[in-house]
Amino acid sequence: MRKGLSWFNTTSIVLGFTFLYLPIVLLVIYSFNASRLVTVWAGFSVEWYWKLFQNQQLLDAAWVTLRVAFLSASVATVLGTLAAIALTRYGRFGGRMLFSGMVYAPLVMPEVITGLSLLLLFVAVNFDRGFWTITLAHITFTMCFVSVVVQSRLVTFDRSLEEAALDLGCRPMKTFFVVTLPIILPAVVSGWMLAFTLSLDDLVIASFTTGPGATTLPMRIYSQVRLGVTPEINAACTILIAIVTVVVVVASIITKRQEVERQKAERLAAAG
Amino acid sequence: MSTGVTEKTQTTIGGIRRKFAPWTDPAAVPLIRYENVSKRFGEFVAVDNLSLDIYEREFFALLGPSGCGKTTLMRMLAGFEDPTEGRITLAGQDLVGMPPYKRQTNMMFQSYALFPHMSVWENIAFGLKQDRMEKGAIDARVDEMLKLVKLEKFAKRKPHQLSGGQRQRVALARSLAKAPKVLLLDEPLGALDKKLREETQFELMDLQMKLGMTFLIVTHDQEEAMTVADRIAVMNHGKLVQVAPPAVIYEQPNSRYVADFVGDVNILEAKIEAVAPGNVSLYTSVGGGAKLSIAQNVEAKVGDSAFVAIRPEKVRVDLEPPAWQEANCLRGEVWDIGYLGDLSIYHVELEGGVRIKAAKPNLTRMVERPITWEDKVWVSWLPDSGVVLTS
Repeated sequence: MRKGLSWFNTTSIVLGFTFLYLPIVLLVIYSFNASRLVTVWAGFSVEWYWKLFQNQQLLDAAWVTLRVAFLSASVATVLGTLAAIALTRYGRFGGRMLFSGMVYAPLVMPEVITGLSLLLLFVAVNFDRGFWTITLAHITFTMCFVSVVVQSRLVTFDRSLEEAALDLGCRPMKTFFVVTLPIILPAVVSGWMLAFTLSLDDLVIASFTTGPGATTLPMRIYSQVRLGVTPEINAACTILIAIVTVVVVVASIITKRQEVERQKAERLAAAG
Repeated sequence: MSTGVTEKTQTTIGGIRRKFAPWTDPAAVPLIRYENVSKRFGEFVAVDNLSLDIYEREFFALLGPSGCGKTTLMRMLAGFEDPTEGRITLAGQDLVGMPPYKRQTNMMFQSYALFPHMSVWENIAFGLKQDRMEKGAIDARVDEMLKLVKLEKFAKRKPHQLSGGQRQRVALARSLAKAPKVLLLDEPLGALDKKLREETQFELMDLQMKLGMTFLIVTHDQEEAMTVADRIAVMNHGKLVQVAPPAVIYEQPNSRYVADFVGDVNILEAKIEAVAPGNVSLYTSVGGGAKLSIAQNVEAKVGDSAFVAIRPEKVRVDLEPPAWQEANCLRGEVWDIGYLGDLSIYHVELEGGVRIKAAKPNLTRMVERPITWEDKVWVSWLPDSGVVLTS
């Protein structure tokens, strides 16, 4: 067997990555374009980034987005972690199947449907739409992602650690905070980051549940693009991509390191 | 009652050493009492209407195959399970319904369950901190424990930086730190290799005597139970089959189950021919038919069928019929010999197809064996070597 890649494999990888990332690369490149025209290259410039930071509308939108993402990710992390604990710890309780189905349904539910149903709910209960409705909607649809991440960690969690804490006189609540949580923390953190990025780039659900005065960055960008793509938008998108990339990379490094450490500990344990 | 090597002595006020056997003293008050305890998980009966007394300063072993209920019995004492029926008391205090964090028991877990995010020092101090002990007292106690398990140099290490044996000692120190009324040991040496396990068994016994504490150990390893325990409870299907000191369990098993589970044993079917005080005569059809005589009191009738259990090390193999006794002599042929170095195990096929094992210590160096494959031999044993079992 040959070690290297055949020309077929090389070509398919190149084509695949080109298909996925060429548009993004182009966007990033053109964000540094000196020309006003999006499709004509006229030399390197950071002018649009400068302009961007003077565009109050975009800055407001970015501020709303960050607040929504931070708040919804935090609440979703608490709720998602609790749901994961309920699902892994309490093997048999009335309506477990229903509960687990309901936790994971938003994972596969088309966003349009989630958005529309939330909108109908908010209208029905006469909830003023705006910042809080977007936040609530984002909590609803990101919670299941946190739950999946935390649950996969809890499955391999040695329950005798908690029993040992109880046995040594620690109350159940305190046991959760001093034993369980520190051990599953990396999974909780990467769940939070996942929720944060999902909220950050959501357009569909935010559009359905928004109201006057609460425009998120993706919504602002989308509405400006309809009037024509400006290099300013390219710059905004580049920053967004950078944030998302950093968060996702950090989250995956945390997960990976945790995995490696666990394997190392297991090897050591096996070697005795 | 025969005296086992592990039975300890205790010094009385008069300075007279006597055997440690509170279970034989009707005035002794047990520390732990299981009274008609049952535990069911759905349909499965883990512990079945079981009563058991354990005394202070005892090293008590629960022995049985996996699924026999021994771990459940221990977990009910720790508070991780509540009995479905019955009462458990510790020093007269009813434990049922009391959460584990209020009980004066501590457990050493099979997986050790060391907190991975805490150092050795913090692991040992964990239980003491829950009691809101003052800082100086905690420091002193943790240092004492580290010294006890000889891990002073490892206080700052994290559990994953320790070897298996060291982790086992940290787990032990952590569970001893609060000086519990009972220390529970759940298969504590299962993860160690054989040599280390044997060493640790003696360390555990030593520690238990030094600290004067009550230890309850769960194990499926009969050698471990025999080595460390004052008394062993052999369990099967959620019931106690026999509770006795190791020597009694081995030499006077009360059933085929115990005889078979603890050590190696040959079991022959026989019919009771005569019952006299201190002696039973039986007849077995194997080995060409033979009279058996066992020095034992048995409650059985003439004509009842029974089993005779005989340990391999108590069986003699000779080329000539033994002249010194009439009973307990069976004819057969050497079917196989297992050479173990210290012992040779002779597998003798009796007439009728039943095989019997005889262990012979190799007392001298030998290359040529006087008895070898396919030799016609006689197997025999003394009347007080075998045991008659009626169940």
